[in-house]
Order: sequence, then C-alpha cells, then structure tokens
Amino acid sequence: MNIHEYQGKEILKQYGVKVPEGRVAFTVDEAVEAAKELGTQVVVVKAQIHAGGRGKAGGVKVAKNLDEVRTYASELLGKVLVTHQTGPEGKEVKRLLIEQGCDIQKEYYVGLVVDRATGRVTMMASEEGGTEIEEVAARTPEKIFKEVIDPVVGLTPFQARRLAFAINIPDKLVNKAAKFMMGLYEAFIDKDCSIAEINPLVVTGDGEVMALDAKLNFDSNALFRHPEILELRDLSEEDEKEIEASKYDLSYIALDGNIGCMVNGAGLAMATMDIVKYYGGEPANFLDVGGGATEEKVTEAFKIILSDEKVKGIFVNIFGGIMKCDVIANGIVGAAKQVKLDRPLVVRLEGTNVELGKKILNESGLNIVAAESMADGAEKIVSLVK
Amino acid sequence: MSILINKDTKVITQGITGSAGLFHTRQAVEYGTKVVGGTSPGKGGTQVDGIPVFNTVAEAVEKTGANASVIYVPAPFAADSIMEAVDAGLDLVICITEGIPVLDMVKVKRYMEGKKTRLIGPNCPGVITPGECKIGIMPGYIHKPGKVGIVSRSGTLTYEAVHQTSTRGIGQSTAVGIGGDPVNGTNFIDVLKLFNEDPDTEAVIMIGEIGGTAEEEAAEWIAANMKKPVVGFIGGQTAPPGKRMGHAGAIISGGKGTAAEKIAKLEACGVRVAKTPAVIGETLVEVLKERGMLEKVLV
Repeated sequence: MNIHEYQGKEILKQYGVKVPEGRVAFTVDEAVEAAKELGTQVVVVKAQIHAGGRGKAGGVKVAKNLDEVRTYASELLGKVLVTHQTGPEGKEVKRLLIEQGCDIQKEYYVGLVVDRATGRVTMMASEEGGTEIEEVAARTPEKIFKEVIDPVVGLTPFQARRLAFAINIPDKLVNKAAKFMMGLYEAFIDKDCSIAEINPLVVTGDGEVMALDAKLNFDSNALFRHPEILELRDLSEEDEKEIEASKYDLSYIALDGNIGCMVNGAGLAMATMDIVKYYGGEPANFLDVGGGATEEKVTEAFKIILSDEKVKGIFVNIFGGIMKCDVIANGIVGAAKQVKLDRPLVVRLEGTNVELGKKILNESGLNIVAAESMADGAEKIVSLVK
Repeated sequence: MSILINKDTKVITQGITGSAGLFHTRQAVEYGTKVVGGTSPGKGGTQVDGIPVFNTVAEAVEKTGANASVIYVPAPFAADSIMEAVDAGLDLVICITEGIPVLDMVKVKRYMEGKKTRLIGPNCPGVITPGECKIGIMPGYIHKPGKVGIVSRSGTLTYEAVHQTSTRGIGQSTAVGIGGDPVNGTNFIDVLKLFNEDPDTEAVIMIGEIGGTAEEEAAEWIAANMKKPVVGFIGGQTAPPGKRMGHAGAIISGGKGTAAEKIAKLEACGVRVAKTPAVIGETLVEVLKERGMLEKVLV
C-alpha cells in the first residue's frame, strides 16, 4: 500500500527523522493559510500524488511570497500530472504539501528494502541524491553502498556511520546522519514497510540532516496489525475496479488491453496474459480468483471484468485443483444472469470435475465458446475481439 | 526414488482442526500419505479422523516420530508455527499459508540459521512424490510416478506443467512448489541440486516468474553444475513494472526482475524456455527427443 509524501513525513517525524516543517492543503486558501503559518520567506508547493517523478513533471514549485503560493496552488490543484510512473493518463492533483524552504547544501539517497537474496532488510545509500537510484545503479554502481541488517540487533550505529562516511556526509554531520538512518530503520520495522526511500536526503546550510522527500510503501500482508496505516489509504489514488476486487479478496490489476481474463492462481493468471499477447491480443487485466473461490467470488469477478468498458471479450482459464470446475461454471452462469453477457466469452476448463463444469456451461443456454486448451482458448478470444 | 519426501515420510499437520488443514489432511490421507498426527493448541488429546491431535509440535514429534510437517495456520500466526516446527527438530517443514508479512519471514530465516530443518514455502502448493506421498494442496490425480522433476514458484502453473507431462505419458519424480513470496525457505538452486543428485530424475522443468533474480542465479548454477536437461518457463512476460501480480514476490521494481532478462539468461545457460505456458510439455518432449532420452522417461 502507498501513502502520500506528507503522510510518510508525519510517520518519520515520530521516529526522530528530521523533515522540513509542512502542512497539507486541499484548497488554494488552505495552501496560503499554511504558508502564512509556516512563516518562512520561501515555501515549497508540492503536488501529492502516489507517483514519483513529480519534480520533473512540474509538480514541485518554489514560492517566494504568498502571492506565488496562491498562483502555484491554483495551478497545481486539479492539474493532471504525467510522470514516468503515472502512465500516459497521469494523475490528478487533489492535495498539496506546503513546506518550509531550506538551504540545500547537498543531496543524498538513503533507502531500505527487503533483499530477497539474503532474506534481510538492506539499507542502501548514495552520494548521488535527487536522481533515480536505478539510473545511479546502472551508470555508477560503485556509488551505491549497502549494509545488510541482522533482524536480531537491527541497524547498528557503526553500520549507519559506515554508510554516512561512505557517501561523504560532512564529518561533523555524520552522527546526525547515523541517527537519521537508525530512525528510518526503526520506522521501517515498526510499520512493516516494504520500501522506504528518502530521495533526496539533504544536508542544509544550518547543519541539519533532513528528509526532503519520503516514499513509504507498506507490506499489504501486514496491514492487519496496522490499522493506523490503513487509515492513510487514499482510495482516489487507486483504480475503482481494483478497490471493488479487493473487497471480495480478488487479486485484480487493471491493464490497457481489451481482453478480460479470469484465472485461478497468480502464476497461471500472469501466464494467461502472456499467451493472449502471444496470439496478438492485449489483456485488459490480471485477475486471480484464488484457490478457494466460491461461486459468489467468481460472480463478482465476472461483474468487475464486465464493468470495464474497454473489455471486448472475456477469456476464462481455469485449472481446477482444489477449485472445482463446476463451481467456476456455476459462478459464470450466475454472473451472466445478473449482468447481461453482451460480449464474447471463451472458457477453458481443466482439472477437477471438468466434465461436470462443461456440462453446466453447455446447458446454460449462454453463448459460450469452449476451448480445448489454453492455446486454443487464447487464439479463439483474440480472433473474436478483432 | 525421489527428493524430499517418499512413502516413509511421516507427516504432522499444524493447524489440523482448521477448515483448510482438515480438508487437505483428508485428501493427503486418501492419497496414501502417512499423516501421523496434528497440532492445534488447546485441542491436544483429541482426535481427527483417528489422527491424534497435540498441543505442541514438540509433543507431536516425540509421540509420533514425525519427520515432516505441513502448515495451514492463518497468516498472522504462521511464522510462529514455522519456528515451532524448526525448534522441534523436524527435517522438513512445508508452509502452505499465503500472506505472511515479509518481515516475519525475515525473522524466521534468521531463526533457522544453523538449524537442520529445510523449509519449503510459504505461499506454495507443497511437495508431491507421485504414488508415494502428497503434502500440500495440489490435486493428486493429475500426477504420475515418473522421472521428471518439477520446481516452480507458482501453484496452478505447476499443475499445468504436471498435466502437460502426464498426458504425454511422462511422469514426475517429485514436484516442488517453492512459493511466490520474496523471502522463502528454499530456492530454485536448492531443489535443482537435489534433482541433480537424484538417480531417478532424468530431466527437470523449472517454472519461474517476474520479480527478483532467483531464476538468473539458478541459470548460472545450471550452466556450471547441472548434469540433466532443464526446460523452463517464465510467467509475466507482459506484466507492467511496479504492479504486484498477485504473488508478493511477483513485481518488477527498479527495472529489475523482468521476464525478458530471465528468459535470455536461462537460454544463454542452456535451458530451453517454453514460448507459452501451453507448450511446456511439448518443449520438454522436444528437448528429450533431441537428446535421445524420451524413451527413458515415458511411463
């Protein structure tokens, strides 16, 4: 789960990680009021959307007086920002962070991730702040330093200092930087983050070490123990169909194509997208109904797919193991009764109770094209939507 | 022969009184698996279908002589269950549970250091040695005893591969689902090593997906060590970056973990990669024919 920058900074503050003083604003007036309260000569007006690359896309403005705050705030609110992470459709700005300007001496990068290879949390740091860390990794990998963290003792002060020295934090600020890193690690563990990125971390003219930006992502599997994080969820940043799917515990991701896919199992769902594409089609979604899907779940899944107007046809690909083919078939028939099935439907069933499943579909009177195999099904749906 | 489990494996089910635990325990027993006990804290001393239930894993092991366990405990408590099984000194722990917080697994991995237990999963379908022992949620009847080893990060895609081999008259020595989580107990290389040393495994199917670099590392290991042909498939060739495709581990982040990279690396290391998920079996047959090995693996 993602949250906004200003929310991330609020969390970090609780762990002793220094951030610039700031306020969230939903309207232009609120933005001006926030700037007045901050009282500094220069304030920064930052668009709050769940995507990186806002600076380059014109979503971050430096205002030298209240009039400029007003101008920038009215410019940004309601604007659709297109960054390298939003996709071509962009994201509408509905919230702003109004923040004290600070005297930046140098920018750095600090991030935490779970490293799969070691099964440990790893802190990464670089002198090359402000740019995409992937670019730094590709261009100058020697400029990224890592510390692998033992979960029993956590990030140790010596590891934090070692990183701070490695990325050339000024000597007299190394202890402050180490404290910053340890606070960041503590927040990461306490809140079950999956990613925590501070890019840039800055050293200021008055000798502070601060997080100028903050990106925190949370492990959705751990949200059950973090109701306070769940409250920060901004539904307007998420796809409506994805929200609907999550209510029924369906794993759904909207894509750009026109062939709706309904599959059991994440691996097979991905592979189904691949085979649709292989035969020249474009999948409209990733949808895993899960191993223990009920008729109701299948029906809801079907409704979500049909609610997407881009969808010109549906491909159901099921390998019934624990999930029985007759349950899937009944779910499809149930859904088609509730919502009008006005688009071609190709169904490939295999596995447990396959004959019964096929019989239910055959006798339903619905216009369903049966596929003999996954490849056959993919080919058929691709030709039907053309 | 086989790897990891066989007809002599004695299994306990952790979470045997839960609906998933009970259902799959019954399925396993029906398949012929030696399920010798189960655990459910507070229900020790009772029985389920004649199988004794214990309060703790340690007690279950002591009383039954079990050497493996399977975990169906809900996600918030599953990490603790794994550690309990490790503490009890089991050789093999298979965790089916999906949705364990990744930082819980980081702790589990640390806890397991220096201990003898092997963990398979979490978030996996389990392990099956056809005709002998089934531990997990896979449908037993699609399998055939035979000589092809299967290792996979995905459940249903494993069934797909099993089905495609069985219908071509090719059986499986053992099929291992290592699970779709970013931090897990056993990786591709661990399983490939076992298949490499198993005299009755003639070839291996390896099914990977986007995210991480486990497939690339396995590819290098194969090039350097593998004596048997390996056929691969990578799911998620069309997955967009930054989107988690169901499995917690299946995400392309920071431009890393793409299917294209994995396929290129596998091919460069001598692994024939199936173009689509529908031709995994066909690709295996093709490779075995070229090597004159097809007769050897037909059942």
